[in-house]
Amino acid sequence: MSRFLAGRFGESALAVLGVVTIVFVVTRLLGDPAILMLPVGATPEQLASFRAELGIDRPLFTQYVDFLWDAARGDFGRSFQHNRAAFEVVLERMPATLQLAGSAIALGLIIGGGAGLIAAMNRGGVIEVFVMLLALLGQATPVFWLGLLLILFFAVDLGWFPTGGGGSFRHLVLPAVTLATFTSASIARLLRSSVIDVLREDYVRTARAKGLMPRTVVVWHIARNALIPVATMVGILAGELLGGSVVTETVFAWPGVGRVIVQAIEVKDFPVVQAGIMLIAITFVSINFVVDLLYGVLDPRIRLR
Amino acid sequence: MSALLDVRGLRVRFDTPGGTVHAVNDVSYTLADGETLGVVGESGSGKSVHVLAMLGLIPRPPGRIEAGEVIFAGRDLLRLSEAELRDVRGGEIGIIFQDPMTALNPVLTVGRQIAEPLMRHRGLSRARAWARAAELLELVGIADPGRRLAQYPHQFSGGMRQRVMIAIAIACDPKLLIADEPTTALDVTVQAQILRLVRDLKARMGMSVIWITHDMGVVAGIADAVQVMYGGRIVERGPVRAIFKDPRNAYTWGLLRALPDHGRRSHRRLHQIEGQPPDLTLPPEGDPFAPRNPFATPRCFTETPPLVPAADAAPGHLVAAWYDLPRLLAEREGAR
Amino acid sequence: MGARGFFRALAASKAGMIGAGLVALFVLLCAAAPLLPVPEPTQSNLRARLMPPTLSWDAIGAHPLGTDNIGRDMLSRILYGGQLTLAIGAAAVVLGGFVGVLLGILAGFRGGITDRILMRLVDIQLAFPLMLLALIVAAALGPSVRNLIIVLALTSWTRYARIVRGQTLALREREFVQSARAIAASPWRIMTRHILPNVMTPALVVATLELARVIILEAALSFLGLGVQPPWPSWGRMLAEGRTYMASAWWIAAFPGLAIMLTVLSVNLLGDWLRDYFDPKLR
Repeated sequence: MSRFLAGRFGESALAVLGVVTIVFVVTRLLGDPAILMLPVGATPEQLASFRAELGIDRPLFTQYVDFLWDAARGDFGRSFQHNRAAFEVVLERMPATLQLAGSAIALGLIIGGGAGLIAAMNRGGVIEVFVMLLALLGQATPVFWLGLLLILFFAVDLGWFPTGGGGSFRHLVLPAVTLATFTSASIARLLRSSVIDVLREDYVRTARAKGLMPRTVVVWHIARNALIPVATMVGILAGELLGGSVVTETVFAWPGVGRVIVQAIEVKDFPVVQAGIMLIAITFVSINFVVDLLYGVLDPRIRLR
Repeated sequence: MSALLDVRGLRVRFDTPGGTVHAVNDVSYTLADGETLGVVGESGSGKSVHVLAMLGLIPRPPGRIEAGEVIFAGRDLLRLSEAELRDVRGGEIGIIFQDPMTALNPVLTVGRQIAEPLMRHRGLSRARAWARAAELLELVGIADPGRRLAQYPHQFSGGMRQRVMIAIAIACDPKLLIADEPTTALDVTVQAQILRLVRDLKARMGMSVIWITHDMGVVAGIADAVQVMYGGRIVERGPVRAIFKDPRNAYTWGLLRALPDHGRRSHRRLHQIEGQPPDLTLPPEGDPFAPRNPFATPRCFTETPPLVPAADAAPGHLVAAWYDLPRLLAEREGAR
Repeated sequence: MGARGFFRALAASKAGMIGAGLVALFVLLCAAAPLLPVPEPTQSNLRARLMPPTLSWDAIGAHPLGTDNIGRDMLSRILYGGQLTLAIGAAAVVLGGFVGVLLGILAGFRGGITDRILMRLVDIQLAFPLMLLALIVAAALGPSVRNLIIVLALTSWTRYARIVRGQTLALREREFVQSARAIAASPWRIMTRHILPNVMTPALVVATLELARVIILEAALSFLGLGVQPPWPSWGRMLAEGRTYMASAWWIAAFPGLAIMLTVLSVNLLGDWLRDYFDPKLR
């Protein structure tokens, strides 16, 4: 177990390094950092002095090491829009993003898991066709479009929920449902095929041969095994969720990191963009680390190797 | 000895896209209290399917039981509700499956898997069930049961896993133990150990056993009676000595010839039965073995032989054949 | 498996037929847009602003899907927008596929350090949520159709690379590759003549499923203002424009959204069917 842990930790650390490197490559090589980092309308003198400060003329490797060092300290430059450290700006929005993504994944697991299980247990029936059709639709619906439709119906027409903003549970409902749709659909499809695979396993027949109650068989022998591939997928879905939250937060004016990033892109406040994206990417790596641990808990064959 | 199990006219079908598979055709037999019955046949002979069907363990659909009665300890299993049948399975009837590598749940501890039927059928508390599970592990010959209970199946060897399966099957003192090819997936030496273990357990606990196998040799070592199945039918049945010394069905005879040490000269070359197993999607017509049978008569191809007492044979020796195998064998011997 | 077997199997699958049929229909309709009797997508008509969908013909002309806020015909914009959306998606999938297949074969065939570096690169990129990667690259490059294609291709190559590498590893041990090696065929020749044709099928399956994903991502980027620039319509861009009129003129946002959803749905249906037909293991 400790070797497994150490290995996964090493991989995660490497992934974080990779994320920082990608951001470095994108900002330094694809664009002119001075133009990216300074507000629109900066004078040529300001640009020149910023370039000198960054040390653009120095060897790339030296710049890279500096960049790593700054990133390690959480220094991504100052936001001219907010006039303080960019990292502070995004960090204080993080709880809202985590709340939204967490609610969405919980909803996705409950709705998608339930639907997938029901579909698999009713193989060949009308229910299965219906659930799978819904799941296909869920995967094909653009997040922001769904968000707009939900706002139109439930906020504008019915007035049940606010059209946007944050701060209360009622604010959370529509964005969480929007974001959870794709997740639910993906989980439902995966769990269905995974349950169908498990149903063919000999140990399910063994469980039936023991005369166990159907509930015991479904929970402990079928679902318990069918969830293993789902656990891996939750890691991938977390990426979709965190990425999707950028769009969802924009649609619902949810005060999270994603919205701050998009607002920053609009006014070209690049330090905030950089800090926000880095923060979310590192969160994603950490989530995957936790998911790997969860995987070990679910599957003793991995834990006790 | 009174009958513990009485199977009458059991008929099982599978509806597949390729047609209806006639998997089990009018199988009837009785199993006495304390008797060990060896059921022999190749895959597709219906030997496993018919026991799975009577316990409600075949998937329905595509499977369906078309006709029959299975009287077990005074009740017809086929007429029981699913809930009543659940009480029988794992309680009064224990089952061991073929492949111990896949028959155990990989994510639950061995202890939990043994304790489950005890908690379900005996209403034991978790702690009591685990204590009993430890005794059972010891009973099936696994050392250090306390530690082993907390382990997972992948930490056990194949033979050890099959012992665990046996512990699960006998956990609730079943009246009947069904062993569905329990040694097929194991090494020869391990096979012998498992065989001995079941024989000892049977002697100790006094249960009846149905041992399903494709290997006549295994049957010789454990069974009181042998029942040979082919194409979903019983083609011969009788006391183990009678079947081995005086086979009356050509298929049984073929199986015995395929055994390594059978016959006077032990270095005689092994005989294989030529031909393909029957296509069970066709409606049964004639003796299903006829196309592969060197002794087949014209009648074998048109009319299905009934299972009747064999002429001049041991009591309880039944055969389904239109031909007189001892006479044909004697003629063949004489012609040499 | 010949072409006849393929079409027979497709005809036997309801989901596959619906997917293939709808994809073909959408592609045909969008491609034939200039031939259809619809106005230019950029032609505005201030007298006919915000007209709801209707089947009737009146003095201002026929606008079956209504008009947008400056009176442009929605049907025309959907068709031309589909052209752009599908073309961008296809270009991104082909570009990503080219790079991914190439690097996948290289990693699988060369093995060793090449393989380790390339696969590590894939892992690292996958540690970055695709949407965010697209966002930061699009923000750094600036919005344009060319940059959009590059960004989308960038999020896509890893999936090809992984699957093609796996296939190549298996192919490398197969007899015909071994015998090509035995007669000292050059690695380049083996890779292009023997391995490439055999990885095209799985690559095609990936490409189909990727097309669906890329269309959604394109729409999201356009929605955030990082995609196609006005006046050219893409579905994502139209949706973003229609957002403001959501409450008063629902059709401006509803139709492009519906177009995206139906296209993605049918491409996914086709892709799932292709995957199951060619190799269920690709899941």
